[in-house]
Amino acid sequence: MIGLDAIGMAAATLPAAVAVHHACDRGAPTRWRNAGFWGLFAALLGVGPWLPDLLAGCLVLVMVGLATWGLRPSAVASSDAEQRAASAARLGGRLFVPALMLPAVTLAGTLSVGKGRIGGVALIDPKQVTLVALVAGSIVALLLAVRLTRPPRTAPVAEARRLVDSIGWAMVLPQMLAALGGVFAMAGVGKVVASGVVNVVALDTPLAGTIAYCVGMALFTMVLGNAFAAFPIMTAGIGLPLLIRHFGGDPAVVAALGMLSGFCGTLMTPMAANFNLVPAAVLELRDRFGVIRVQWPTALMLLAFNITVLTLCAFPGGLR
Amino acid sequence: MLVLSGIAIIIIGFALGVNPLLVVTVAALASAAAAGFGPVAVIAMIGRAFVDARFLAVPFLALPMIGLLERAGLREKARDIVRGLRRATTGRVLLGYLALRQITAALGLVSLGGHVQMVRPIVAPMAEGAEERDERQPLDPETRDRIRAHAAAVDNIGVFFGEDVFIAIGSILLIRAILEQDGVAVAPLDVALWAIPTAVAAFLIHGARLLLLDRRLRRRA
Repeated sequence: MIGLDAIGMAAATLPAAVAVHHACDRGAPTRWRNAGFWGLFAALLGVGPWLPDLLAGCLVLVMVGLATWGLRPSAVASSDAEQRAASAARLGGRLFVPALMLPAVTLAGTLSVGKGRIGGVALIDPKQVTLVALVAGSIVALLLAVRLTRPPRTAPVAEARRLVDSIGWAMVLPQMLAALGGVFAMAGVGKVVASGVVNVVALDTPLAGTIAYCVGMALFTMVLGNAFAAFPIMTAGIGLPLLIRHFGGDPAVVAALGMLSGFCGTLMTPMAANFNLVPAAVLELRDRFGVIRVQWPTALMLLAFNITVLTLCAFPGGLR
Repeated sequence: MLVLSGIAIIIIGFALGVNPLLVVTVAALASAAAAGFGPVAVIAMIGRAFVDARFLAVPFLALPMIGLLERAGLREKARDIVRGLRRATTGRVLLGYLALRQITAALGLVSLGGHVQMVRPIVAPMAEGAEERDERQPLDPETRDRIRAHAAAVDNIGVFFGEDVFIAIGSILLIRAILEQDGVAVAPLDVALWAIPTAVAAFLIHGARLLLLDRRLRRRA
C-alpha cells in the first residue's frame, strides 16, 4: 500500500538530485558542504524510518552544523531577461498550464480516490491520499513543463537547485520545529505555560475568562507554532472548566472562536515556519520576518473581534 | 519553570538573528535537559520527530516545474497579463486572490494555493506587475519586498479563515475529539457556522488593508 514511506521516498528525490548537482559543481568553493546538507536531507526523507532514531538524530545535528557553518551556494546559470521575454511571447498563456495542472491533479486525485481505493483495490493509505495526489500532481506538472518548454537535458535539475538554494536551510526548518514541538511536549512546557495563564489573571467574569482563553490561545500558539497543539491544553485549562462549565458558555462557540484565536497567533510567530519564514525565503525577501510584519495588524484586529463575538454570543444573557 | 528556558532561547536567538536551525536545536536540548532527559534521549527524539514530519517536504516537489517555467518566462507573462488589465492594482489583485483562496478553502479545497505552487510563480508577479506598469522601471527592492510579503500573507489569511467553515477540516475534527473526551458533544456544523463571522471579518479587515496598501503605493509614486 502506498503510504507515508513511499511519499517520503518521492520527496527525497528533490534534495538527492540537488545534492548530486552540487557534487558535480567542480569550481564551487562550498561544493561538499551543500552536497552533504542536501544529501543528508534526502537520506532522512527517503530511508529515515529504517534508521535507528539516534543515528537519524545525529544526521540532523550534522545538517544543523553544516547550515550554521554557512551553505553559501554559488550561483547557477539560468536564462537571461531577454531570453525569458522572447520565450514568454512565444509560449504565451500556455505557460500557466503546468502550474495550474498541479492543483488540478491534486484536487482531482483527492476527490476521486477519497478512500484510497482504485478499481476496488485498496492501493493508497486513506490518510495520505492528498499527499499522494500532490506527488502525482508534481510529476504530471513537471512532465508537462518539460514538454512545453523543451529545455536542455540538465535544466530541470539546475532550475530545481536554483530555487532550492534560494530557499536554503528554511526548507528544513518546519521539520526541526516539529521535532522541537515533540521535545516541548515531552518536557511538559505546555502545562507550565497553561498553569501560568490560569494563575496570573483573576477570572471572575465571562469577559475576563474569554480574554484569558483567546489571548492565551494566541500566545500559546505563538510559543508552540501550532494552534492544534495549543488547543487541547488551553481548552482543558480555561475553556472547559471556566467558560463552558462555570459560565455556561455554548461549547460550539467557545471552541470555534478559541481555535480561530489560535490561528491569529499562527500569523504572528516565526515558530510557524512553514507559513511565515519559508514563504519569506521562497519569495527571496531580504527580511526574514517580512511576512509576519505584514500579518500582525490583521491578526490583532481579528483577535479582538473573536473576543467580542465570544463574549456577546456564547453566554446566556450576554454580558453580565 | 526551567523547562521554559527553551522558549527564552528561541526568543533571544531569533532576535539576535542566529541561524534558526541552531536556535531550535539548542532550545530543544535545553528544555529537555531541564526536564531531566539526557542528550542521547533528546537526539533520538529529534531524529524520530524529524523523520515523522517528512510529509512537510512534499510541497517542495513543485520546485523543478516552477523553475523550468520561470526559466521560460512565466513570471514575465504573469506581469504582462496584469499590465493588460487597465483597472488592476496591486491591492485589487491580492484582494481577488484573498477571495478566491477563502472561498475555495471554505469548500474544503485547501490544496488550491500555497506559497510554492501559487504565490511565487503567479500571484506575486501579478501583484508586482500591477505596480510596475506605470513606472517603466523595475520596483525598488523595498516596494518589491512589501508587495511580495503581502502576497504571502494573503495566502495564509485566506486559508486560515476559510478552511474552518468547512466541516470536515482537521481543526473541527480536533475540536470535536477534545470536547468529547470531557463528555461535551458538539455538532461539526455548529462549530463551522461559528467560524463564519470571523471569516467575514478577516475578509473585510484584510481587504481594507489591501486597499490602503494601494493608497500607500500611490502616494509613494
